[in-house]
Amino acid sequence: MSQATLRIQKISGHAGTVPGEDTQRTETLCKLVDTTTCIGCKACEVACVEWNDMPFSQTTFENTYQTMPDTRWNYWNLILFNEHEQADGSLQWLMRKHQCMHCAEPGCLEACPADGAIVQYTNGVVDFQQDHCIGCGYCITGCPFNIPKLNSVTKRVYKCTLCTDRISEGLEPACIKSCPTGCLHFGTKDDMKNLANQRAKQLRDQYGFANAGVYDPPGVGGTGVIYVLHDATKPELYGGLPSNPRIPIAVKLWKHPLKWLGNFALIGGLVGLFAHYLRFGPKAHEEEDIPPTGARP
Amino acid sequence: MTDHPERLAPHHHVLRYTFAERLNHWIAAGSYLYLLATGLAFWSPWLFWMAVVLGGGQISRQLHPWVGLLFAGSVFYMYALWAGQMGFDAVDREWWSNLRYYITNQDDKMPPAGRYNAGQKMLFWSFFYGAIVLLLTGLVLWFTDYLPWSLRWLRYLAVLLHPIAALVTIGNFFIHVYMGVFAERGAFGSVIRGDVSLAFAKRYHPGWYQEIVGSSDDRK
Repeated sequence: MSQATLRIQKISGHAGTVPGEDTQRTETLCKLVDTTTCIGCKACEVACVEWNDMPFSQTTFENTYQTMPDTRWNYWNLILFNEHEQADGSLQWLMRKHQCMHCAEPGCLEACPADGAIVQYTNGVVDFQQDHCIGCGYCITGCPFNIPKLNSVTKRVYKCTLCTDRISEGLEPACIKSCPTGCLHFGTKDDMKNLANQRAKQLRDQYGFANAGVYDPPGVGGTGVIYVLHDATKPELYGGLPSNPRIPIAVKLWKHPLKWLGNFALIGGLVGLFAHYLRFGPKAHEEEDIPPTGARP
Repeated sequence: MTDHPERLAPHHHVLRYTFAERLNHWIAAGSYLYLLATGLAFWSPWLFWMAVVLGGGQISRQLHPWVGLLFAGSVFYMYALWAGQMGFDAVDREWWSNLRYYITNQDDKMPPAGRYNAGQKMLFWSFFYGAIVLLLTGLVLWFTDYLPWSLRWLRYLAVLLHPIAALVTIGNFFIHVYMGVFAERGAFGSVIRGDVSLAFAKRYHPGWYQEIVGSSDDRK
């Protein structure tokens, strides 16, 4: 997606400065998903496919109210379903809208080696630029939410853009627009956090969900999609939502200490070899009466 | 007498590398240079231009694994050719403990190395084991999108081990090129035309020299 109106504050695989860093006064945008009022109607899934003009994708029925097992390169938004048996034996249907979380500290962007293939706009949206993507799949490794999906034909990765083309025109994302119950909200991060906290308090005080709370994981700097959960102490129940997502430690080690140690060793090695040549020069062997190699008749 | 392919060549030269050894060496070298350039491009944004020069990031990502297979195959052929000659013996251990004399060009103080000295043997094994690690982790990175989420630890392992193994081979590669092109005159020619002078053999591989001289009457 080309975003003339959006400035960039983080660029993947980029040597040098970032043009939009701290140049613009913008609010961070955020989706709020209230899982307690989601009815699993899948309108948001359809709206996503429709708005983004993606080819229709075969669904998979696995005896649940879930369209397919996982998101796909052309299916960015999926309601994950879990029939949870509570302590008293009663059943609870948990529905969670699963899509890119638009992390403040995106693991995909951190892992990406291609200049400009992943950007984060000043409004917080993390966006893949397929024309710069090289298809290496490092973003798949960097993501703690299992979001980026590779198209095996184009060899590029795709995911939710947070409807960047809509929000840059002042519209809300297609999924938000389509939600019939109002469980989806869109606005600034501050407003959404306030709304989410109000709703969680209401669930605790008035509906008996003692552990109700807001999911905005600090391990990735907070996310551009936040959830209200009936039980915020067990996010895993909601389609495997990680309780403390982080950029994988392996990616952190690879991109920071290993990179600096490796660069230091490489440059040091080259300088050292050159210095060795200056100090000691080539080895000399007595040729005696023997003509040198290559001087044969 | 020996199981080595060398035979005396005219004008006080001796064949050090057969055509098969030389050809395989350059297949390994050529593929390694490509892997080095594209791999370093993916390693650091400051070096990404190398992938651009070589046809773009997408092409580099597409070809890197295939060239990697070629390189691994070439290294495994080296194993078939040379592994039998790469075992460390007492002379090698002594050679290694006198490395400082080798580094400071006091080669007359070195114990008599055979066809390969301890440094070359170390290079060989670092490339052999390096190629195995690079191949296995490279397969994970090549087909990373086919791995299920439950096996994501393989990806984490691969993104760490692939560059570590690469860095180890790069360090050895730098030293190898330096020794072969700049430090030991005659070494580069040996992997082009195959032969070295007897003076070269006597100076750097006295044990090997003795084997050749002792096993042949027809020199000069």
